[in-house]
Amino acid sequence: MNTNSILTRDEILRYSRHLILPEVGMSGQERLKSSRVLIVGAGGLGSPVAMYLAAAGVGTLGLVDFDTVDISNLQRQILHSESRVGQSKLESARERLQEINSHIQLNLHQGKLTSSNVKNIFQEYDIIIDGTDNFPTRYLINDASVFMGKPFIYGSIYRFSGQVTVFDVSRGPCYRCVYPEPPPPELVPSCAEGGVLGVLPGIIGTLQAIEAIKILLEIGDPLYGRLLMVDALSMKFHEIAIPPNPGCPLCGETPTINEFIDYEEFCGVPQTDNEQHEDEMTVHELRQLIDSGKQPTIIDVREPVEFEICRIPGATLIPLNELPAMIHQLHTAEDIVVYCHVGIRSRRAVNFLREMGFTRVKNLSGGIHAWATQIDPDMPVY
Amino acid sequence: MTITIKFFALGRELVGKSELQKSYDESVTVGKVLEDLRAEYPRLAQMPSMLLAVNMEYSGEDTVLKDGDELAIIPPVSGG
Ligand SMILES: [Zn+2]
Repeated sequence: MNTNSILTRDEILRYSRHLILPEVGMSGQERLKSSRVLIVGAGGLGSPVAMYLAAAGVGTLGLVDFDTVDISNLQRQILHSESRVGQSKLESARERLQEINSHIQLNLHQGKLTSSNVKNIFQEYDIIIDGTDNFPTRYLINDASVFMGKPFIYGSIYRFSGQVTVFDVSRGPCYRCVYPEPPPPELVPSCAEGGVLGVLPGIIGTLQAIEAIKILLEIGDPLYGRLLMVDALSMKFHEIAIPPNPGCPLCGETPTINEFIDYEEFCGVPQTDNEQHEDEMTVHELRQLIDSGKQPTIIDVREPVEFEICRIPGATLIPLNELPAMIHQLHTAEDIVVYCHVGIRSRRAVNFLREMGFTRVKNLSGGIHAWATQIDPDMPVY
Repeated sequence: MTITIKFFALGRELVGKSELQKSYDESVTVGKVLEDLRAEYPRLAQMPSMLLAVNMEYSGEDTVLKDGDELAIIPPVSGG
């Protein structure tokens, strides 16, 4: 009898399907119980990761998030539920995870992961799992993992496709070996702008959770140096070997990054949003123009599927990608207001039109989202 | 010779299609094809780092392409 086991009788029964696997067994399950895993982001990827690792008996789970639950999260973030809308994601996660497994220790790190808190948080954990939705935090996680020698299980999703790998510079490349620099922010659609199939993070997150278990138990072949790409539409899994890059600015032969940097600036995220463009128009100003009979030409640069959800009356749909080809439909002598979902794509369109000689063009601040929330309460918000 | 170029994730949005073919009279490097694509699709040119693979094997820009090769262009993805 394992009278000295750190597993209680209740736990032995609970984990019995693990205990009879030779690759896990009592010693493996005890190892899981002594393990500490940090999940950054309690969203689409973080949900399945946290739920399965809690169920599997990883003894200490840390979660980092700053956000609250929004109704539009529920399509994919299965940690959360309708009754938690408006509450902190971490509190919501705590309730859900404790229901799944009351034997584990949960550490909730409320707030954003930053250059100043990352070391203190990471040092408490064996493995870091990336469930974030933005480049600055991904680069921060990568750099901190390299500096601190922690394996970092990467996952990301976009529309119908996802990527998974494990970065550990003692066994393969780091994220910067593959992508030394992030794309400019105007090219990066968020889940809100680009869309994502709700089931997809379920696939990618569970793959991340499996990799975590394998690394903790030292079994199988984790995805070190292999990028697994999943395409749900064709249902194909492709794997690409990613070698360490001798020119990597972080882990290469002559590294140029030796300490944490300003990740927001590195990724080109605007430092202050209150920079006022003179070619911005508020939804109230547009409403007044329409009411006073001076309706400008209103151009909607979203995609057709978004136009189907809702539109500002009188707007003409010209998706951003088609704008250069359709520009002959517009006249430089008319007043033009351009809008999109929240004002980012339309900003690109306005800048483009200005370069093409349109001077009487304005960007609708906050996009149709602002219109729906401030002008037309009957309009659906998405 | 003809090569097929496959775009993944955001790459599809930047060029407006998921796949295209290009013909060359003589052998070309991955770098030359990229240069041509960047000239044709300016938004693709704004991506500073992209993962490249030839026939799903990691590739640098120096790789020389053969007739029938498939070049995959995989930009970074941030969603989660
Ligand atoms: Zn590296």
